Amino acid sequence: MNQLTISFSKTPENNSDMQMRKKVFLVAGYNTISMGTGRKEFHPRKPRPGLEDYIKEAGENVLSQIGGADNVDECVIANFISSRYNKQANLAAFFPYIDPGLTYKPAVRVEGACATGGLGLVTGIKSILAETAQVVLVLGVEVQNSVKAVYGADILSAAGWYKERKKGHAHFFPGKFSDRAGAYFASYGKEKARQAMAMWYRNAIENARLCPTAQEFENKVEDLESLAFTPPNPNVFVDHLNVYDCSKVSDGASAIAVVSEEGLQRCGISKQDAVELIGVGQAEYDLTKAPENPVWLSTTEQVVKKALKMAGINIQQLATVECHDCFTIAAVMAVEAIGFATTGRGPDFILQGNTARDGKVPFNTTGGLIGWGHPTGATGVHQAVTIWEQLTQKAGAAQIKIPRDRPYGLSVNMGGDDKTLVSLVYKKC
Amino acid sequence: MKYEDKLTNVTVMGAAGKMGSGILYLTATEMARQKFLPANKNRHFVLYALDTSHEALSGLLSYIRTQAWRFAEKNIVSLRKVYSDRTDLIDNEDIIRQYAHDVLSFIRPVTRIESAFESHVIFEAVSENPDLKIQLMSTINKNNKNLPWFFTNTSAIPISTLDEQANLDGRIMGVHFYNPPAVQKLIEVVKTENTRPELSYFVNDFIKNVGKTYVWAYDVAGFIGNGYFMRDILFAEQLVKNLQEQEEFSYAESLYMINKISQDFLIRPMGIFQLVDYVGIDVVQFIMSVMNPHITKENIHSQLIDSHLNNGIKGGQFATGKQRDGFFKYEEGNLKAVFDPGKKRYLDISEFSETCDEHLGNLPSKWLPWKKMIRHPEKNDLLRMYFNQLKELKNPGARIAWQYVQKFKEIGSNLVKEKVALRFDDVNAVLIHGFHHAYGPVNDYF
Repeated sequence: MNQLTISFSKTPENNSDMQMRKKVFLVAGYNTISMGTGRKEFHPRKPRPGLEDYIKEAGENVLSQIGGADNVDECVIANFISSRYNKQANLAAFFPYIDPGLTYKPAVRVEGACATGGLGLVTGIKSILAETAQVVLVLGVEVQNSVKAVYGADILSAAGWYKERKKGHAHFFPGKFSDRAGAYFASYGKEKARQAMAMWYRNAIENARLCPTAQEFENKVEDLESLAFTPPNPNVFVDHLNVYDCSKVSDGASAIAVVSEEGLQRCGISKQDAVELIGVGQAEYDLTKAPENPVWLSTTEQVVKKALKMAGINIQQLATVECHDCFTIAAVMAVEAIGFATTGRGPDFILQGNTARDGKVPFNTTGGLIGWGHPTGATGVHQAVTIWEQLTQKAGAAQIKIPRDRPYGLSVNMGGDDKTLVSLVYKKC
Repeated sequence: MKYEDKLTNVTVMGAAGKMGSGILYLTATEMARQKFLPANKNRHFVLYALDTSHEALSGLLSYIRTQAWRFAEKNIVSLRKVYSDRTDLIDNEDIIRQYAHDVLSFIRPVTRIESAFESHVIFEAVSENPDLKIQLMSTINKNNKNLPWFFTNTSAIPISTLDEQANLDGRIMGVHFYNPPAVQKLIEVVKTENTRPELSYFVNDFIKNVGKTYVWAYDVAGFIGNGYFMRDILFAEQLVKNLQEQEEFSYAESLYMINKISQDFLIRPMGIFQLVDYVGIDVVQFIMSVMNPHITKENIHSQLIDSHLNNGIKGGQFATGKQRDGFFKYEEGNLKAVFDPGKKRYLDISEFSETCDEHLGNLPSKWLPWKKMIRHPEKNDLLRMYFNQLKELKNPGARIAWQYVQKFKEIGSNLVKEKVALRFDDVNAVLIHGFHHAYGPVNDYF
């Protein structure tokens, strides 16, 4: 048996030495529609697909691409909080519902707030590296439109420390990132930051219009930047953000297969249709503590460094990035934490057009969380599916050019206020 | 006595009705607002919901709870601050539930008028029957040592008539809410020469605190809202007759076309006869009968309304809010048939709508549906261009519509000339905010 070179030793220095002991690939991605306001099919008072419907749709589509359920060794379901949104737990037992062929196969459910999907992928990767599986079906799902947003805010606040809920804002996480935006404006000036946030919003919606499963696919607003400049209304929302600065409430599922080289062969999938996972960063920050610096995403910085180091590349080699733009200010700060700009200069990087789809490094090419949607538990998987699509030329109208000398993608999936982070580096095969 | 002292004991008469329940809800929310103020922490507020029977009151608390719940959902940001010292209320849902509970806690559903004998303020929202209103207010006034203030929701009866006949000695004002009071922003306020000034101060604070706006109207039967609405109905009835007599259309065809012109060509939220159905044909007849004795120059009476009521066709809404059949038969909110009083049955609109629509002709090219028009950022310019086109367009629909808007303008102007409204702006405010029209009758569009 090969020696495991993946290790979690006690010192942080050793953590960053994590290496892939064997090749790991992603294949056969699939996204359902991100359902919610903005989609024609959505009506808050009419019946809609339930949790199990999204699970089945995403799962069946991946299975059909990998030769069926018999080829699957293990399953991972990533879901943040269906026990409250949908009064449903024990989600791993939904795998046999997708296909009877998955009956009696091992499965696990993982949770890490909005980084749940990323953790699902990490769990699948570990199974491949641990050689308990050659093919792992990883599926992220969340159905959030079961309650009004005012109650959804209560549910999502579980991604923070529960003892902070009482003094927190009614819209808990918009409140957290509004505070960060306020601190950012105070430190680096408001005007340019707001311009960058508006451009981010425009890019997100324009990218979403190219992706039929995106929640904002049918958005027809002409002057998106003017809309993005809508003044915040603290009487009904938060101090420094408007609703266009925020990702929407979404229902949806994304799924993908994490496979070894043996798994690729078993499924009959050529490497042309796969991407290789070459870097993994995962880290936690103390949930009970406030950020050390409100204008810096320190955990994001850490995981990206880890992932890039493990991959052996630098950010200049990236062809595309999927970042966790739950709020436009989070996107600005992610651009900085990833390393494309120093603190306070993220707005310049965005305003120069570098993150646009025709820019130096296109970000969130199907709209990201703001444009495509944010079904929380599915988001990390959706990011992986998007990069898999881009690197394998399967992104349809949303396809960007992948330079031959930069065949890499990066995803950053964040849970809570920079608490649970997963970053992955992908390589075109 | 201070505003908040007057508010400590209030009765809403006719509390189970559509208007009364809305006024009850607004009063309960205002009591909650006052109760949250530190100075009022130990003050007790009581709100009697008075109506004729417990059956009538049975659904009331559920309605108030729903409304308070919705209010709390929309105002959760400020309510979290209000309940910040309640360590047991953590989630938004905890706070919303508590707010609904607190609003309900003021309300005492009662059927005996004696409850009102200890109130400082009486909101009156019983049916539009002068004798009933006078009898109830007079009884309370005789038995209540607090010299209560009366605020009547009448939309038609002169306030001075109620004041004199109930011996209220100037302790009455008209506070006419629009339907439904919980939602509609506008209130018409009416005082008489005899009204005590302190009532105006109270009403000003109350209306402002419950998030509404108001316009003053003179004490003339029907005030601004019904002064316009009843005349609009009568003109529409005349147009129906014209189409029947001059162009030989059937009654059902004529009514369908005038309703369509008033909705589509005039860019209103609904056609005039659909609006009568919404208000209730019986209610409209009652308002006309109350207004008519006070209006000397015109006959505020509709044969068309009478003919429907004689056939038992009343319109109005079911308790669920669903529209009852009236001039029209409704299916899922859509107009399906027109009632013909001569034939005593409904005639299917689909049998003649195509011919009628073709006869009316096209709408001007600048036309937008009402909802889009009211939200359009350049609404004023668009309306100006639209009415210019309407004037030039010579098809029958445009021709009648142009006649209609000229009458609309005349009615609006006369309300000021006849000293029903103080200003043209007030007439426009009632039409725009009370009736949700895209424009008022006094403008430079036509």
